Amino acid sequence: MIISIASGKGGTGKTTVAVNMALSLRDAQLLDCDVEEPNVHLLLHPKINETKMVYVPIPQVNEELCDHCGKCSEFCECNALFVSPEKVLVFPELCNSCGGCVIVCPQKAITEKKRKIGTVKMGMAGNMELVYGELEVGEPMAVPVIKEVKKQINNHKTTIIDSPPGTSCPVIESIYKSDYCVLVSEPTPFGLHDLKITVQVLEDMKIPCGVVVNRAGIGDRKLYEYCEEKGVPILLEIPFQRRIMELYSHGVPFTVEMQEWRDKFEMLFDEIKDRVGK
Amino acid sequence: MKQITVLSGKGGTGKTTLTASFAALARNIVVVDCDVDAPDLHLLLHPQIMKTQEFRGPKLAVIDKTKCVECGLCRDACRFDAINDTIEVDPFLCEGCGVCVVTCPNEAISLKERISGYAFISKTKYGTMSHARLNPGEATSGKLVTLVRHNARQIAEKENCQLILIDGPPGIGCPVIASVTGVNVGLLVAEPTMSGIHDLERALQLLNHFNVPPFVCINMYDINRKNAERIVKFCEKNKVEIAGEIPFDPNVTEAMVAGKTIIEYSPKNIVSREIETVWKTLLSALNEE
Repeated sequence: MIISIASGKGGTGKTTVAVNMALSLRDAQLLDCDVEEPNVHLLLHPKINETKMVYVPIPQVNEELCDHCGKCSEFCECNALFVSPEKVLVFPELCNSCGGCVIVCPQKAITEKKRKIGTVKMGMAGNMELVYGELEVGEPMAVPVIKEVKKQINNHKTTIIDSPPGTSCPVIESIYKSDYCVLVSEPTPFGLHDLKITVQVLEDMKIPCGVVVNRAGIGDRKLYEYCEEKGVPILLEIPFQRRIMELYSHGVPFTVEMQEWRDKFEMLFDEIKDRVGK
Repeated sequence: MKQITVLSGKGGTGKTTLTASFAALARNIVVVDCDVDAPDLHLLLHPQIMKTQEFRGPKLAVIDKTKCVECGLCRDACRFDAINDTIEVDPFLCEGCGVCVVTCPNEAISLKERISGYAFISKTKYGTMSHARLNPGEATSGKLVTLVRHNARQIAEKENCQLILIDGPPGIGCPVIASVTGVNVGLLVAEPTMSGIHDLERALQLLNHFNVPPFVCINMYDINRKNAERIVKFCEKNKVEIAGEIPFDPNVTEAMVAGKTIIEYSPKNIVSREIETVWKTLLSALNEE
């Protein structure tokens, strides 16, 4: 079973929920797909036993064969190729690695070379298997790194995916093919606004979802009213407590220090399992 | 014309709260929300939309089933696994690259334009606002950010505004890069948590990579003073000026619930006064440039 954790708004507690839920299970696999700013490893201090480079193919042009016909740049939807009468310029950061330029070149002047855009690290934190990706700073495209992280999904385990904030392509890639999505939100206007957008994405993707309300007690009741109206279940409330906030600030998953919460996360998982029917 | 981007790496550190407050303090600015897939600035600034513009993102492959013989060449050629075994396109995976179009022997596939979102130009009581809304689940938020910034520059020229104030998205990927390239100052909003410190480091590397002069503001510094001290040391070591340290205060959430900036809601609050200090520091840095 694959459970992804998403939110829309950043900083609502996705990583907190992902880590604590994974800790409450016996042998979960936790994937950190927020490859722009991965944080799971800061809370779990895994022992890394394998590191993989993430490469994407980009075009390279053999100027001896190229007759500067311009078909490649005409084809490229990303504007990653610019053909002047003397030379072809490739803009690697714009290329989405579709390989189309290689196909359309009548002179067979284009081949591909590898370009490194990130790293995937795999390790263990106690009994938990942890995989996280890191996009290289300055690289715009997170999706290929997320794909590489998701290739490590172990079908024999319960996989928990910590997704990045927002609602665009990196989020879609992270939650794609999940059996269930847990939306972590806070009961504030910002939290609710971004939650609504994410719920719409999940409806389009036909992934069932429920909400964990973090920092319950702050803000107002509008998030609860929305969930009720929309029929989105509220799975768990984590109150706004200075202790929880401080533990997070120190990089300590709060269920480690607050044992009573372990049971609540176990129950959260059981409820999701029931809802998915697996 | 000068440009400032407020960013953070980690989400939820207070970018939008700060940007909205700066807008309330500033004069003669264009304010921009570059967080196009989860925009929140409008919840505090209440823009009145004057102009709406369609944004066309990546195209979508469409298969004409009357011409398709299900040979599967398109499926095999697609690097995004967007065509399944029954030769149907998954719109969530299709990047609109057109490889399927050129591989199809029967000319059964074409690329269709899709509207991926909308850009808006609006009036707020603090000046004109350029913002956008990417449709849920769409790609290429970076291109929409570029459009929003382009609109902002046009307005600034027309209205003779000296400053463009930009609220950036979280992370360090394409929409963030599109939000920071070519700006005069980047303000990094950091929170004193282990994650906050880690994400600040990467966001600072990003600003250095694109030669954007950085400033740091520590938000909610009193939730962990030791970590706040670590951020101060980190900044000293990297020769980054700290523009201010803002304490945690429940008034900030109350202001948000009231749909107001903290400056309007509680002008004498310590948070409001600290934000003023940060803003003055940024303005003097811009004037020195």
